[in-house]
Amino acid sequence: MCLAIPGKLIEINDENGLKMGTVDISGTLTKACLEYVPDIAVGQYTIVHAGFALKVIDEAEAAESLKLWDELIRSGAFDTGHDLPPATI
Amino acid sequence: MQLSCPAPILRHETVQMAHGAGGRLSQELTQRVFMPHLQNAFLDQLDDQAKFDTVPGRMAFSTDTYVVSPLFFPGGNIGELAVNGTVNDLAVGGAVPMYLSAGFVLEEGLPLAELEEIVRSMAESARKAGVMIVAGDTKVVQKGQCDKIFINTSGVGFVREGVDVSCRNLKPDDAVIVSGTIGDHGMAVMTTREGLSFQSRISSDTAALNGMIHAVLDVVPGVHAMRDPTRGGVAATLNELASSSSVGIELQESSIPVREEVRGAAELLGIDPLTVANEGKLLLIVPEAEAGRVLEVMHAHEYGREAALIGKVVDDHHGMVVMRTPFGSRRIVEMPLGEQLPRIC
Amino acid sequence: MKFIDEYRDPKRALALLEEIRRKAVHEWTIMEICGGQTHSIMRNGIDQLLPPNVHLVHGPGCPVCVTPLETIERALVIASRPGVILTSFGDMLRVPGSSKDLFMARSEGADVRIVFSPLEALQIARDNPDREVVFLAVGFETTAPANAMAVRQAAREGIANFSELVSQVMVPPAMRAILSSPDNRVQGFLAAGHVCAIMGWEEYEPVAEEFGIPVVPAGFEPVDLLAGILKVVEMLESGTAGVENAYGRIVSREGNPEARRVMNEVFEVADRPWRGIGVIPQSGLVLREHYSAFDAEKRFDVGHISPCESPLCRSGEVLQGHLKPSECPAFGRECTPMTPLGATMVSSEGACAAYYKYHRNTTV
Repeated sequence: MCLAIPGKLIEINDENGLKMGTVDISGTLTKACLEYVPDIAVGQYTIVHAGFALKVIDEAEAAESLKLWDELIRSGAFDTGHDLPPATI
Repeated sequence: MQLSCPAPILRHETVQMAHGAGGRLSQELTQRVFMPHLQNAFLDQLDDQAKFDTVPGRMAFSTDTYVVSPLFFPGGNIGELAVNGTVNDLAVGGAVPMYLSAGFVLEEGLPLAELEEIVRSMAESARKAGVMIVAGDTKVVQKGQCDKIFINTSGVGFVREGVDVSCRNLKPDDAVIVSGTIGDHGMAVMTTREGLSFQSRISSDTAALNGMIHAVLDVVPGVHAMRDPTRGGVAATLNELASSSSVGIELQESSIPVREEVRGAAELLGIDPLTVANEGKLLLIVPEAEAGRVLEVMHAHEYGREAALIGKVVDDHHGMVVMRTPFGSRRIVEMPLGEQLPRIC
Repeated sequence: MKFIDEYRDPKRALALLEEIRRKAVHEWTIMEICGGQTHSIMRNGIDQLLPPNVHLVHGPGCPVCVTPLETIERALVIASRPGVILTSFGDMLRVPGSSKDLFMARSEGADVRIVFSPLEALQIARDNPDREVVFLAVGFETTAPANAMAVRQAAREGIANFSELVSQVMVPPAMRAILSSPDNRVQGFLAAGHVCAIMGWEEYEPVAEEFGIPVVPAGFEPVDLLAGILKVVEMLESGTAGVENAYGRIVSREGNPEARRVMNEVFEVADRPWRGIGVIPQSGLVLREHYSAFDAEKRFDVGHISPCESPLCRSGEVLQGHLKPSECPAFGRECTPMTPLGATMVSSEGACAAYYKYHRNTTV
């Protein structure tokens, strides 16, 4: 349910008394209501669903879990019998 | 008090019903808007038909009608689409496009300045593509009976000798090549559509592909099939090809070129770029051994710089297109259902 | 794309898969609640990559699929009233009522418009003060705060020509209904990451405890889903019940308090029918009395509606994980995306549509 796409907040403004902002999603800019992320700052990443920013992405947490998974790769704990398919066809 | 008949207004800013009625206003529209841009030896005759010489061999004939909202979008307008679209429909059949006709249905109230801009673009696109618009027609309908302007273009071209491209020619092991990034046109239009709160840097890719197509055919006349993946995108076109030739097509997800901003918009709207329209892209099916040479020619052409090998024809799952994911799994690339709708879930 | 590409990285995905293969010793059945997750699993072929002893079944988390036929019929009737502009997310337009969908209503002259946000619907109401603008407000908890804000804002600005036809549903009651069914085969859940972005996971703790199962909030990208599946498998193998989070960059225990506050201010909990399943007690949201002026159900008297479902459609069993779409006798025969018998075949994230779309042929 619930497509919510990450993007970077690039601007905050007011529209009809609502806190609104512009979120940059890889070059496509979308308007988002920021009422539910009152502390968000320009430059932070958020996820946008139905024109609303739902949460500020916790970048430190994201980096932490990526590190964890990458350690899993490096540890070689798994055998590499199921390798990537060949890149060319 | 003196009564006087008001003089009829002859200089209008918008299209009037009378512009299509065949009288003085029709003449004014032709003289003021169409002729200054489209003028050529054929149209100057002001006959009801264009007469031209033919060459021996086969001819190709194609027609298409253009409706798009908004009329003007980043990278182009409906006029460019109307010329390039028919030029491409001829060229992908291996024909050299020569002459086009243009029929206009105008909605009463359309600003003449917009019409003129559209006509100017058509003339410019025709010049770039090396074709002539040799016949035309205009009708005006009441407000609400059409959406500002509809354009039909038809065109004829001469088929190159020794070229046999057809959607029935696909053979197992053929290479599937796309001329560049996919989804640009459809996303440019979708993200400028009124009401949806988006802005994007995405530009339509509208372009006449006959130059590149003939550059490829000069080097590799044995191309099996060519199509421009317009409505329904690459997904629809490849499904049609697979089904016409009773073969399967397998694509590699990681090799399909998609512009970052198109990806962003596609993610946001929940739409697969494979199903999004292109107006200046070419899909080629070529014998495996020729793929390298075809890519070389395309890379040297302005509309083919990002051309890529995206898959191959297989003697399996006939009539179906299958995507191999970067994870090694596979999924069906379905024929899109219809209008692409932005979704939230 | 930052925060997407990292989570589609094949190396990471394959490492997690290998870890799942290593850890999964017994036979397990896991349900992903959310239709968006089903879509991603099918699109990326994650089900094909999992070891054969880890089974995924697909949950009822598609608001389009579970919106009762009666609501669709009501929307169709309201849309055909003169002066009405019916607005909706794109997802809802192809959902069939008894005899037609909103697209067909549009072709018959109804003014049906697609919006991306309920605030766009509100803007249409501002721009057309002489028209009645109705927003078909479907969704789970993820969408509820957005739909709530549009009503609250309409009240604040006094936009009297705006109303919502509300069909809001909630996840935990559906989970309980599934787990309480005598046919239940679900042993662990991937909780919907974006529902949890709003609601957090507090409310899943009693469910996990009561039924002794693992519940893991997870994201939507392949790496996120595999990390979630890995966590559920680890918990199942070690016999751990409870909630563990696999979507830390988005989900916290308390969710989004401000969104929950506005949601509670505008909506209250009520019994709700789910298409294909029936009434689930306390599983829906309706507008509170204070906002009833914006309730399209009250504003438009459409009389009695008695919708009629296809007797062939077994979407209820699919939605509860009893039946895989391909096990339904009508699947791919009487029922295809062009001729859908039930909403699970219509919605782009309905389980039947996802199966049809990506895996209808056994050779693939």
